[in-house]
Amino acid sequence: MIGIIDYGMGNLHSVYSACQYLELEAIISADPQQLERCERLILPGVGAFGDMINMLTSSGLYDWLKEQVEICHKPLLGICLGMQALFDRSFEYGEYEGIHFMKGDICPLESLQVHEKGKEVVLTVPQIGWNKLFFSSDFALADELEVDPYVYFDHSYALMHWDPINLKAYAQYGPYIIPAILIQDNVMGCQFHPEKSGPTGLRILEWFGKEFCV
Amino acid sequence: MLTKRIIPCLDVRDGKVVKGINFVGIKEVGDPVELAKKYNDQRADELVFLDITATYEGRKTMVDVVRRVAQQVFIPLTVGGGISSIEQIRDLLHSGADKISLNSAALDHPELIEQAAKVYGAQCVVLAIDAKKMPDGSWHCFKAGGRVDTGIDAVEWAKKATALGAGEILLTSMDADGTKKGFDLELCRAIKQAVNVPVIASGGCGQVEHFAQVFEEDVADAALAASLFHYNELSVRDVKEHLKQRGVEVR
Repeated sequence: MIGIIDYGMGNLHSVYSACQYLELEAIISADPQQLERCERLILPGVGAFGDMINMLTSSGLYDWLKEQVEICHKPLLGICLGMQALFDRSFEYGEYEGIHFMKGDICPLESLQVHEKGKEVVLTVPQIGWNKLFFSSDFALADELEVDPYVYFDHSYALMHWDPINLKAYAQYGPYIIPAILIQDNVMGCQFHPEKSGPTGLRILEWFGKEFCV
Repeated sequence: MLTKRIIPCLDVRDGKVVKGINFVGIKEVGDPVELAKKYNDQRADELVFLDITATYEGRKTMVDVVRRVAQQVFIPLTVGGGISSIEQIRDLLHSGADKISLNSAALDHPELIEQAAKVYGAQCVVLAIDAKKMPDGSWHCFKAGGRVDTGIDAVEWAKKATALGAGEILLTSMDADGTKKGFDLELCRAIKQAVNVPVIASGGCGQVEHFAQVFEEDVADAALAASLFHYNELSVRDVKEHLKQRGVEVR
């Protein structure tokens, strides 16, 4: 059973629907006792970083999640904003502490001037759309996904100062390397939306649900 | 880099996809879930649902439509049409929409853009602009389904709205819409140069060549079409094949 953590934000329904479609048993819950019975956890998220951390803290889910991941070693997948929460801090609308599961900071993408096909263009921010993943050689799914594995990104902030060992996939966006999949021990984060990325995204979600940490 | 996106648009009334011809003689073209699945199979990059229902009851139907589509289709869904409150936005996002698009309500109350972006992030707030060219060469924003000229300059509005937090612009040219003579490149260029967020071109597409044009001219990040796809004049797959041959990066 996968527990989708409901802390009052985020597109829970889509993640849940994708799990159902993949025949992964899942529940959406805000109740630690109910979530504790799940073997795996997903932290989704849409919105602002500060709001999310405040919601997690005030609901008691912050400490509970730390315990589940660090003491019980439960596999956890953070998606989009939920992925950003896994790191040290974020600079979205201020400065906020993250959960510190992995090293790195969440910083704004900037609309830089870039050269593209011989033309000067301005990088659009947010990054909205389908971008191609490039994998590290130690990522189990690298050979299995389709040849051009495009996934759907939708974000204005991105991870910086990450630990290279944790980086399993990235996308290129103008001058930026956008960390897309990060894994450290039993913690996995996806900056893109696997539940909205067609067959490629569904396979990554399925992999988390069935094979990650097995 | 990001691929160029092809986005079928579905106008929904009372839970059914319809196609209106100048607001009269609205014709049903199918079930939203079935059409969404069809476009997903053709590798559409995203779907836009525009709620053209006028009644409160009908609006509740839209939440259900989104929920049913999101259970079976795993690509991004944008929902617009008559959205005027944070509560409506919340209900739609919770039922499976990834982005919401604001039009008339944002023109009346620009602070709605700011509120939505603060709560849900700029990346899920799409500003829809219905623009029409004026004799002086500028474009005005129209509201209420193209019936009311607000007198607001479209380029200025695009700048203001993105500063308030709109993360994307869905730009419909009222002049090009329905002509099948191609997207309004001049309008797209004017808006694209004024903002740093992605621009979705809408209105006027009649053939595969038109998609290539708007991307090769670099005046849009995505292109939207409705009847062309609904009546099977073109499939999303055909469009993508053509773009690929032309060297435009698509998924």
